[in-house]
Amino acid sequence: MTGQATGRATTRAHPGRPGRLTRNLSAKIASIPMMLTAVVVFLGGTLWTVLYSFTSSKLLPRLKFVGLDQYERLWAAPRWLVSIENLAIYGIFSLIFSMVIGFVLAALMDQKIRFENTFRTIFLYPFALSFIVTGLVWQWLLNPEHGVQSVVRAMGWAGFSFDPLYNSSIVIYGILIAALWQGTGLVMCLMLAGLRGIDEDIWKASRVDGIPMWKTYLFVVIPMMRPVFVTTLVIIASGIVRVYDLVVAQTSGGPGIASEVPAKYVYDYMFQAQNLGQGFAASTMMLITVAIIIVPWAYLEFSGGRKRV
Amino acid sequence: MKIRSAIAGLAATVALPVAASHATDLEVTHWWTSGGEAAAVAELAKAFDATGNKWVDGAIAGAGGTARPIMVSRITGGDPMGATQFNHGRQAEELVQEGLMRDLTDVAERGNWKEIIRPASLLDSCTIDGKIYCAPINIHSWQWLWLSNAAFEKAGIPVPKNWDELVAAAPALQEAGIVPLAVGGQAWQANGAFDVLMLALAGKDVFLQVFGEKNAEVAAGPEMAKVFKAADDARRMSRGTNVQDWNQATNMVITGKAGGQIMGDWAQGEFQLAGLKAGEDYSCLPGLGVTEVIATGGDAFYFPQLDDEAKSKAQEVLAETLVDPKAQVAFNLKKGSLPVRGDVDLAAANDCMKKGLDILAKGNVIQWTDQLLSADSQKQKEDLFSEFFASATMSPEDAQKRFAEIIATAD
Amino acid sequence: MSDRGQLKKTAHLSEVPAAWEAGPRGAKPRRLVSTRTIVVYGTLFVAAAYYLLPLYVMIVTSLKGMPEIRVGNIFSPPLEITFEPWVKAWSSACTGLNCDGLSRGFWNSVMITVPSTIISIAVASINGYALSNWRFKGADIFFTILIVGAFIPYQVMLYPIVIVLREIGLYGSLSGLVIVHTIFGMPILTLLFRNYFAGLPEELFKAARVDGAGFWGIYFKIMVPMSLPIFVVAMILQVTGIWNDFLFGVVFTRPEYYPMTVQLNNIVNSVQGVKEYNVNMAATILTGAVPLLVYFVSGRLFVRGIAAGAVKG
Repeated sequence: MTGQATGRATTRAHPGRPGRLTRNLSAKIASIPMMLTAVVVFLGGTLWTVLYSFTSSKLLPRLKFVGLDQYERLWAAPRWLVSIENLAIYGIFSLIFSMVIGFVLAALMDQKIRFENTFRTIFLYPFALSFIVTGLVWQWLLNPEHGVQSVVRAMGWAGFSFDPLYNSSIVIYGILIAALWQGTGLVMCLMLAGLRGIDEDIWKASRVDGIPMWKTYLFVVIPMMRPVFVTTLVIIASGIVRVYDLVVAQTSGGPGIASEVPAKYVYDYMFQAQNLGQGFAASTMMLITVAIIIVPWAYLEFSGGRKRV
Repeated sequence: MKIRSAIAGLAATVALPVAASHATDLEVTHWWTSGGEAAAVAELAKAFDATGNKWVDGAIAGAGGTARPIMVSRITGGDPMGATQFNHGRQAEELVQEGLMRDLTDVAERGNWKEIIRPASLLDSCTIDGKIYCAPINIHSWQWLWLSNAAFEKAGIPVPKNWDELVAAAPALQEAGIVPLAVGGQAWQANGAFDVLMLALAGKDVFLQVFGEKNAEVAAGPEMAKVFKAADDARRMSRGTNVQDWNQATNMVITGKAGGQIMGDWAQGEFQLAGLKAGEDYSCLPGLGVTEVIATGGDAFYFPQLDDEAKSKAQEVLAETLVDPKAQVAFNLKKGSLPVRGDVDLAAANDCMKKGLDILAKGNVIQWTDQLLSADSQKQKEDLFSEFFASATMSPEDAQKRFAEIIATAD
Repeated sequence: MSDRGQLKKTAHLSEVPAAWEAGPRGAKPRRLVSTRTIVVYGTLFVAAAYYLLPLYVMIVTSLKGMPEIRVGNIFSPPLEITFEPWVKAWSSACTGLNCDGLSRGFWNSVMITVPSTIISIAVASINGYALSNWRFKGADIFFTILIVGAFIPYQVMLYPIVIVLREIGLYGSLSGLVIVHTIFGMPILTLLFRNYFAGLPEELFKAARVDGAGFWGIYFKIMVPMSLPIFVVAMILQVTGIWNDFLFGVVFTRPEYYPMTVQLNNIVNSVQGVKEYNVNMAATILTGAVPLLVYFVSGRLFVRGIAAGAVKG
């Protein structure tokens, strides 16, 4: 399906011409998988989920409508409320820290240092490991009986206490430590790439003007890196909303329900509790939140594209 | 029925030239993946292979969360396995109603299951609308308190004979640096421990009123208040457990770091593996030494509806194999669970297992929460009790109020 | 975003890679060992320690015997090095009845990862190309839906996808799994490719059009050959993601195709029996070995490709 002729003959150059459907035909044909995915899977799947969130579906999806019952139950469930709160804390800190740490590391790496390759590999390798593995390793490192706490105590600091995974009030930060370990390397790479894209002349100019380095970064370089921040944001934020495996591997949501997250609520109620309706209601709430924030932004951000021809 | 089996027989003969050259492969999915469990499954596979068929193993670790969605997806996705494990009870109910599972009534009648399977409630759990849909394979009971004799020796007090004595012994244990009651961090463990406490302390009637009849008034009543008081004790006694998995908690009892643990009979495998002897190194109190009743939860195999005649035939053979006395003995000895029929000889069973068999023989059995409650209500209970056990601030009264709310809407 | 990108369109074709060879572009360091140098290297070393610590613990633990693990602390080097956990993890750890360790799933993982990676990248690169160079009405709407789709938890989509695959008759087959990986890799990959292609010099595209090249001609003759870095990035992301996937591998295939992560899950998550940390750690490293290797080999290209894919937009 080459269809070159059509594609060539009709492009943007003739906007007012009839036969709009055949314009860019090859591009349209080539985009069919994307359109199908977007419409059938993401949009269709979402609508399907929303529809069934109004039913009493248990193990199998069934259209027995119960109105808003599932939502009422959802918002009355302490575990769901804890999950939302955790996601908010985790999300905010994870965004801030991965951006800041990623940027600082990238800025340091950009100082014409030696062993750049080695450092980069070290920062990046955790990204190659799955969340399950990450959770497992950090569960161990943070275990008060053989991990960091016991080692520090053995060094003679008997009062030292660091057991985030067993302390309800700080457990979410224990998960954050592991998440940052896994993900900041990628952010660093993205940022480094962005920094490398900055014109050398900018630095020269700011040096000539005697502007301190931090000011140059803050007021000149960072604003110029907007596209990088956008890509990074999409990658980090989508990871935050979906966080699941890490929690399961590290704490299984414990102690108690202190480190539960929404995606885990969805999964547990869909499959362990065999209450699809409840799981779908929870995921609909997640989707709505995401949609309210993302859709307007994404459309503005990505609808510009590149004007061609 | 007769026509069906006649066709099956015919198909089998037609298919014989093919079937003779290679045995029918039957894929069996389950979540038995630990050492002891796998050894037990191997016994079943061996017995099934001996019938001239072939057991294709599809093990996936991690019961509820991981394995079940996969099994359900496979069945609803139209690519079912030959047979699959579920806990008998209500997990597969809807798959049956949807007509996706195979009716085993023929096989059961031929094998006279109604007579041999004991207690009868096991088969009831497999029965929907008068038809039998699963083959029970074992009985697992939750109602055990495992105690470390060494821990009590270290604390200088005698090994408790019941729950109250353990509560009374707690301060002495704590003084000796021992956690009185190990409760692992995963939600199902706190939930199970509560159910055990409830059956032991409030008795069979209250248990059935609350979980069987879903009577919210009883759930909010004074009998249950006592249970919540005991749960509060258990919570205080479990401080410092700091492990997730149940077997790590059991390991604390094995090593004398904890005084005891409320856990199902599968814990026994851990004591055996560690080379400990029942009665000497550790003690077991069924029903917490208060109410000697055991529940008949357990595992069962379900058989999805298949189009392939040869495979359907193999399913029947597998169902027969599962309840076969020899397979029952071999499997349950390795698994540490009790057999589903009363007519088999378990001479090799140890002290604790014998106590269980004894209670079973007396008929002191009850249906467990997995059979009485939907998975949904169980999950809500899990959320409540894992929060309660981990919380320093939730009062027993608050917990009871929420418990009653769950029961009021339970199904 | 696009307008900003266009400001810098003066660049020559050859300059895209050339800029990368030029190396770091930050402020020049001063010659002598200054406070600044100490701060820079000090911070980097501390950070490196944080990143390396878990790997160190994993390796050290995997080389110890169980008795030593029970008594010692996790940071101490092994007193007696043993490779038994590695052997066990690879070839004898049991998954139900199959006691052949991770080796069982290794080739399955390869069989799943290779076609899934290739097809998902092919599809996403064509999407990105169409979106950046051949924009048609409505394309942005589809793209926006895709980006929002990146935020949907995978678990939520299980049922709809089971239904779709069942209806088209691909449920349980390897091709079904490849489609699933293609679908879920699409949002981020399309974003990267779209940004990359948009960053390529416009003149090239125009010249090719004047020469009469069409949609596919330009794609194969110009875009693909110029896009090695971004293809490397996409490959790394996909190999990592697909290789580490457990959920889809196990839901959408049969046991004979189960990937290595299923055995890893079984080794690590076994509900019963004593936790063998050393075997767990060895299994973990073995399972992660392929993506790790890909990173070590192509890490340099990774940054370069990401730069091109993420920066221009």
